[in-house]
Amino acid sequence: MSNIGSYEKRKENFSWDIAKQVLGWKQGEVLNIGAMCSDRICAQGKGDKKALIWQGFGGKQKTYTFNDLRVLSSGYAKFLQDLGVKPGEKVCLFMDKIPELYISFLGVLKMGAVAQPLFSAFGDESLEVRLFSADTKVILTTRKHVKKVRKIQDRLPALEKIVVVEGNPNKLRDEEIFFNVEDAPVEDFEVYKSETETPSVLHYTSGTTGQPKGAQHVHGSVWGQALTTSWVLDLKDDDIYWCTADPGWVTGTSYGIIGPWSLGVTQCVLDSGFTSAAWYQFIQDNKVTVWYSAPTAIRSLMRDGEELVKKYDLSSLRHLASVGEPLNSEAVIWSEKVYGLPFLDTFWQTETGAMMITNFPGMKIKPGSMGKPFPGIEAGILDLKTNEPVTEPGTVGLIAFRPGWPSMFREYVKKPDIYRSKFVGASENAMPPELRTDKSLWYVSGDRASFDKDGYYWFVGRDDDVINTGGHLVGPFEIESALVEHEAIAEAAAIGKPDAVNMEVVKVFVTLNPGYEPSDDLELNIMNFIRKRLSPLAMPQEIEYTEKLPKTRSGKILRRYLKALEWGEEVGDLSTLEDD
Amino acid sequence: MAEEMKDMILEYVVDEYVDEDDDLDVTFNTPLISSGIVDSFSMVSLKVFLEKKFKISLPDSEATPEAFDTVDRICTLVRKHQG
Repeated sequence: MSNIGSYEKRKENFSWDIAKQVLGWKQGEVLNIGAMCSDRICAQGKGDKKALIWQGFGGKQKTYTFNDLRVLSSGYAKFLQDLGVKPGEKVCLFMDKIPELYISFLGVLKMGAVAQPLFSAFGDESLEVRLFSADTKVILTTRKHVKKVRKIQDRLPALEKIVVVEGNPNKLRDEEIFFNVEDAPVEDFEVYKSETETPSVLHYTSGTTGQPKGAQHVHGSVWGQALTTSWVLDLKDDDIYWCTADPGWVTGTSYGIIGPWSLGVTQCVLDSGFTSAAWYQFIQDNKVTVWYSAPTAIRSLMRDGEELVKKYDLSSLRHLASVGEPLNSEAVIWSEKVYGLPFLDTFWQTETGAMMITNFPGMKIKPGSMGKPFPGIEAGILDLKTNEPVTEPGTVGLIAFRPGWPSMFREYVKKPDIYRSKFVGASENAMPPELRTDKSLWYVSGDRASFDKDGYYWFVGRDDDVINTGGHLVGPFEIESALVEHEAIAEAAAIGKPDAVNMEVVKVFVTLNPGYEPSDDLELNIMNFIRKRLSPLAMPQEIEYTEKLPKTRSGKILRRYLKALEWGEEVGDLSTLEDD
Repeated sequence: MAEEMKDMILEYVVDEYVDEDDDLDVTFNTPLISSGIVDSFSMVSLKVFLEKKFKISLPDSEATPEAFDTVDRICTLVRKHQG
């Protein structure tokens, strides 16, 4: 019997208070995600239960109980408090998927600061933009990654402390602090008394224009994360759960930390890159029962074939789910064939904080479909021209949600206008607190879909120019801004091009400055320039040299024209195209 | 010729993926992907380097983390496609 039972019955009798019942949470308890994932689980008598089974490069392994999480996260909390960090201030976590990342995340929240995890493969420019925007006060990083921080620290006036939590402490600079939490566990820490609206986690997400935006979440998001984890991922007390996402992205925190640990479930983390054989070995060794992964990984596993699957004992698996980009029907059918279980697609985004449209355990699966809205979520498809909800099945429009679910982002940091622009029907000067609670509005996700006669949603594509590569959103503006800093490049346009495994990869069109000619060396130089400055995800996998970029008469580069040509689609209205 | 190819690939890996102060002694047998020196996302630029430098085309099905894990293995792959 699945945790959700009957989807239809859950919809009829839904209240977010059910999350409190699922967690056994009583009115008057401290609502602090850090404590709910550690102290609270210990108070339930599960202190000796395994919380984290971690494996790194070279097969290195570590295991932590919930009691370990409790005292070590309190160690981080006290350390930060002693360092002078105040509640509400931003603490960036910039490290690989090592135990310190997961434990310090809880520690930051326990002392009331805001956790700002960033993907450790980010280059120095991506890091700088996000730290500057957030006025980040402290960064926790590792010996391996502190070099990137050093390159940009002079341009970050708000950054007061650089703390290295792993690696060789002998090679640090004078102003850098080394902190080994294993030497400083804390038994009793007074957890910050956060409330529903207290800021908790800050994730950055890319858009079509401008630099990435900081989507601010709150401690009250835990109700959404815990309930969706219970009903969609179907986690039970004796499960061994593996979420393959990196906590530098929202899946890695909502479902790689908060969801499972608030429910007291054991989870595994593999921090040694991707190979199909290593992943299967990891499932076999740890007897993983519930596996939450991404279409790019699933398609890579498909590529490596069924014969490889047969070499491993994967019989422990009982439930599979996927997120990050649409899961194609072939992948669903293949997984059912080779694992005996279909991957169930889930749709949500950084801003929503938790799953919104999903396939549920026990529900009839239509391969390729996103599934149905989570109980309590009012979803709709808005007409592309009028923004009115469509009623006819099969009509393509914008995926939208009525505001007010617990894990909804509360603002884009310092960008109220952009926040407002995400709500259809918002009045001119409406501010985030009214926007996020006004149920007459629609929050627009930026994706297009349709629903069928049975109420299943079907993804169509993005409604903007944002590139979804391997389940990660990359902003074309960020790439273009970095490209024109390359000495050879005069102008640039970045688009997503179709890719069988990653859904999209970055392709750029560039015009060169006088004195530069296209060459293999230049192409590689540009690729590595972006890889190091932004991230490997943003690195163009194809560079097309051109004499001129298509622009509007006002000089704006027409990405949609380039994208339409690339995808073989209609180029649409070109009346604003600049004349030759 | 084989040694020259190895040296060329090793030099590229060290230049592009290893920082000066990393204190890493990367050799022909040093694990690259499975040790985290080259992350799996960055394999793409390594693949492009090999294709451009050695005028070959590597199918995605063969450009796997295992095949790219050491300079020696990369050389084996390149030689296979050089015919």
